[in-house]
Amino acid sequence: MKVAVCVKHVPEAQALRLDPATKRLDRSGEGTLNGFDANAIEEALRIKDAAGDGEVVLVSLGPEKAIDSLRKGLAMGADRAILVSDAAAAGSDLVATSAVLAKALERETPDLVLFGQQAGDSDGAVLWAAVADRLRRPLVSQAAELTVSDGSVRAKRQTEFGYDVIEAPLPAVVAVSDAINEPRYPSLKGIMGAKKKPQETLDASALGLDGALGEQGSKTEVYTINDPPPRGDTRKIEDTAGAPQQIVEFLAEKRLL
Amino acid sequence: MSTLVFLEHHEGAFVKNALGVLAKAASLGDDAHSVVVGSGVRDLAATGGKFGASTVLVADDQQLAAPLPQPRVDVLAKLVRDRGYDTVLFGQSVLAADVAAGLAARLDAGLNWDLVDLVNEDGRLVGKRPALQDSVHVDVGWKGEPRLALFRSGVFDPAETGREAQIEDVEVELEDFSTGATMVEQAHAESEGPSIEDADIIVAGGRGLGAPENFKLCEELAQALGGAVAATRAVVDAGWYPYSAQVGQTGKAVSPKLYVAVGISGAIQHKVGMQSSQTIVAINKDPNAPIFEFADLAVVGDLHEIVPELTQLVKERRG
Amino acid sequence: MRETIAEPIDPEDERIEVGIAIVGAGPAGLACAIRLGQLLEEQPERAKRLGDVPVAVIEKAKQPGAHALSGAVVNPRSLRQLFDGRRRLAEMPFFGEVREESVYLLTRHNALRIPAPPTMRNHGNYVASLSRLCRWLAEEAEAAGAMILPETSATKLLVADGRVRGIRTGDRGRGRQGEPLANFEPGSDVIARVTILCEGTQGHLTGVAIDRFGLAGENPQVWALGVKEVWRVARPLDRVIHTMGWPLRSSPKYREFGGSFIYPLGDDMITLGMVVGLDYRDANLSVHDLLQELKTHPLVRELLEGGERLEWGAKTIPEGGFVALPNRLHAPGVLVCGDGAGFVNVPALKGIHYAVESGRLAAEAAFAALGRGMTPWAPGALAGYDEAVRSSFIWKDLEEVRNMRQAFGHGFWRGGALAGVMTASKGHLPPGNARTERDADQELIFSGRASDYPAPDGRLTFDKLSSVFASGNKTRDDQPNHIRVQTRVPLVLGHAWERMCPAQVYETQSAGSDGLVSVQVTPSNCVQCGAISAKGGRLTPPEGGSGPEYSLT
Repeated sequence: MKVAVCVKHVPEAQALRLDPATKRLDRSGEGTLNGFDANAIEEALRIKDAAGDGEVVLVSLGPEKAIDSLRKGLAMGADRAILVSDAAAAGSDLVATSAVLAKALERETPDLVLFGQQAGDSDGAVLWAAVADRLRRPLVSQAAELTVSDGSVRAKRQTEFGYDVIEAPLPAVVAVSDAINEPRYPSLKGIMGAKKKPQETLDASALGLDGALGEQGSKTEVYTINDPPPRGDTRKIEDTAGAPQQIVEFLAEKRLL
Repeated sequence: MSTLVFLEHHEGAFVKNALGVLAKAASLGDDAHSVVVGSGVRDLAATGGKFGASTVLVADDQQLAAPLPQPRVDVLAKLVRDRGYDTVLFGQSVLAADVAAGLAARLDAGLNWDLVDLVNEDGRLVGKRPALQDSVHVDVGWKGEPRLALFRSGVFDPAETGREAQIEDVEVELEDFSTGATMVEQAHAESEGPSIEDADIIVAGGRGLGAPENFKLCEELAQALGGAVAATRAVVDAGWYPYSAQVGQTGKAVSPKLYVAVGISGAIQHKVGMQSSQTIVAINKDPNAPIFEFADLAVVGDLHEIVPELTQLVKERRG
Repeated sequence: MRETIAEPIDPEDERIEVGIAIVGAGPAGLACAIRLGQLLEEQPERAKRLGDVPVAVIEKAKQPGAHALSGAVVNPRSLRQLFDGRRRLAEMPFFGEVREESVYLLTRHNALRIPAPPTMRNHGNYVASLSRLCRWLAEEAEAAGAMILPETSATKLLVADGRVRGIRTGDRGRGRQGEPLANFEPGSDVIARVTILCEGTQGHLTGVAIDRFGLAGENPQVWALGVKEVWRVARPLDRVIHTMGWPLRSSPKYREFGGSFIYPLGDDMITLGMVVGLDYRDANLSVHDLLQELKTHPLVRELLEGGERLEWGAKTIPEGGFVALPNRLHAPGVLVCGDGAGFVNVPALKGIHYAVESGRLAAEAAFAALGRGMTPWAPGALAGYDEAVRSSFIWKDLEEVRNMRQAFGHGFWRGGALAGVMTASKGHLPPGNARTERDADQELIFSGRASDYPAPDGRLTFDKLSSVFASGNKTRDDQPNHIRVQTRVPLVLGHAWERMCPAQVYETQSAGSDGLVSVQVTPSNCVQCGAISAKGGRLTPPEGGSGPEYSLT
């Protein structure tokens, strides 16, 4: 069974900055593997371990140095990594990114495609649905539990209302929540062996894409970056006796009761 | 502008967030159409006008009974193609996010998410959203049509207009792959309180509580408010509360509608985990506690006296 | 001892075998790796004998440079020699050559310009961020063929048959009580033909090796604590500045030796720090707060006006100099380099170029011992390293300034006079060697100096927790405590630790009737500066990847 995991190389949390010139995330500094993607890699490895065989392939769209994040996944135990890296792909929005990933995934024809819960940089939690649509495959998202058997998957999906249990035939696309597992630490042997595992870097033309990426292929844009609106003045209460009543009134005013 | 609002519903009632988005759509002028997708939803759909829709489209089919996203993408895609809507709006939810993103791919349309407002500015539609843990606000836009938007939970209030909408049934055509995923067992209301990541209201306790037993004060207040209980790193370190409740840089990041910080000083390690909460109420006896610098309501006083009485008053208020 | 020394335990097929294991990706370790890469390229047959991974560099931080912190003004001679034309200084990530420099004697409100002491002249030196320099050196080391293993702590020295066999890496995924968590991953034995310890100040295995093989010199090592910040500034600083005097007190009763540095990092950033010897006597002394106080001085405040703090960090510096060096730098199968060995020229505030040079010499000695038919762990096989270091400028420089730091134990003015004599006589006067006393043995007193510490305003001055945040520290909370320290101690000691620690790791509770206080330890705040090790406790490496994530320090 071949499981593909889509991963992202994101800027380090404290280095998250918008570049005022391009109005996009400044990806020039240090980056790291998106923490939520580690859950997806871990789940893929568990599926492989349980089955006794199979292949875990990592797929990513990013700058050249994203290979470092892919190597972390290889160190955890993934078998292969594919990086789509093309200057023309910078600034790709959901539409463009999903198009690129779908093309890369089609090339691999995986039985299962896994995503992590969200991207740590854009806080986007939407990519898998777009990719599933392009691949024309059934989708299950927010999986807090996942079992694979006999050509189908069964997932416990976390929603605002509790847990749904959903089944879908393979090949399918599943996005896992961070509650699903505790990602393993790579062993030292794993870290040392990561560089030797197959790593492929593709550009847009290798995937047969033209113009469908980057800003050109994107259907959204950023107009301006502003300071957040001020929080508003802090209202102060200094009298213990009257405080509870005043708090209740404040909450009622804000329609929080 | 011709707008379609995805009117999500759950257990026989419209989801509040979706109604808020509908009210916003109606306020932007022109008619706001809405679509209700499900099985046996005609009666519910008929009430859509009350909340601002001029037309309520009903896609009613057995295959749409379960709240799964992909069949809804088929329904909405067909509506957009057949009727030419240039704007489609969603209120954030697990379901709506999947529908909106699937629709974006289907129609090669721009989707902006986590929006807190939508305005017409200089002849174009501009979305407003926070970014980078609410440290900046960005104005975003769309290239081409339709324009898809996903709004943050609770930013708009529903508005009852009391009008009668036109109800229209629409044809349902589903792709094969859309019905691949099936609902084996649907979620029902949780018996326990919400988890802190999902909670709209959080009551968090810190070292100012003085002793582990005093977490009871937070628990009772949380229960009265219908929220979840969280804790700072300091008290989790000291063993007063489990790690799963820890909010902060090395715990969970939350952004509920209301965050009540009880006996918490507000060190930056904690702040970064909760600073994008919509409303912050802080109760602390130290007037110089850093949390008072970013709280909306700063209560300087003895939490041991304030919190129990507050809990009582809240219970009475909520009835 | 069993916690820090062991025989290899992993079965043969689980062991990791490398040719040479270098512990620490700082300037010494990376220089060592780079030099080895050069030598192995020249003699590929020797490389073959070292197996699949000829050179491995084990680093406990998230990445090389993340735990590296210094001022710094670097003497480029060692880097020039290391790269020997393969790379020019212009390609190295320095922030420019030192143009002007000033030394000031500060009082609360004034700054008196004094001539720079001869040991402090920086003409021809370069301003650097050590963190950034290490990131670059790491890339060079990898290009030269070294395998760098970040997020990997070296917790035990593997010793068998009287020789060092390698190191054992730390477990990951243990809970607070040491219990294995769901993702528990045990450490591994890394077996190497030669192990080169480049751990920096308070090096964990360095201390272990010195004890185990009796390498210690006559005098105990002593340390200073440096706390620094990096700021974005509105106006460029055109010179390198050092200050003495305020806020430190000159009376010998307090033993406050140190000063501050303020260096430009290009045109739009400044780095500034406070360095104080840990033999101070006042239990209320907090180097972190002295740095905050320093920033309120008109001279400094003006430089930072309109600016913004970007980063913060802290680290100890070995200050014993020549008289506190180990009497031997090698033992069977192991070599000791850099700050771990104490190669710091205190009056000149220089250690980086000695680290680089010692790493280079260690590489050559290790390489020489790997010739055909040679056993690198045979007694004396690595003695060439000691000889090389003793004939190098490291030894010569340190010997020349050997008594200067100790002179300041007599107070600032007398010390200054003595220092002048030493410089003029190139170290011949006064004759003999001073002695050092353990920092932890200094008697502690209380003074009212804490009332001078400024209340943090969040713009110019900051509290310790905000500073820990600014170091990039996001250490996982539920892991075992890596700090070995008594938790019931005399009031004055507990209080001293509370003030001393720049990261607010130690907090005292109220004293019991026995005069002892309980000390609460918050290990996840720890930025691994090493101060506690100088003052009665012991820092060991936490889980790999923990600690600060410096980038500009």
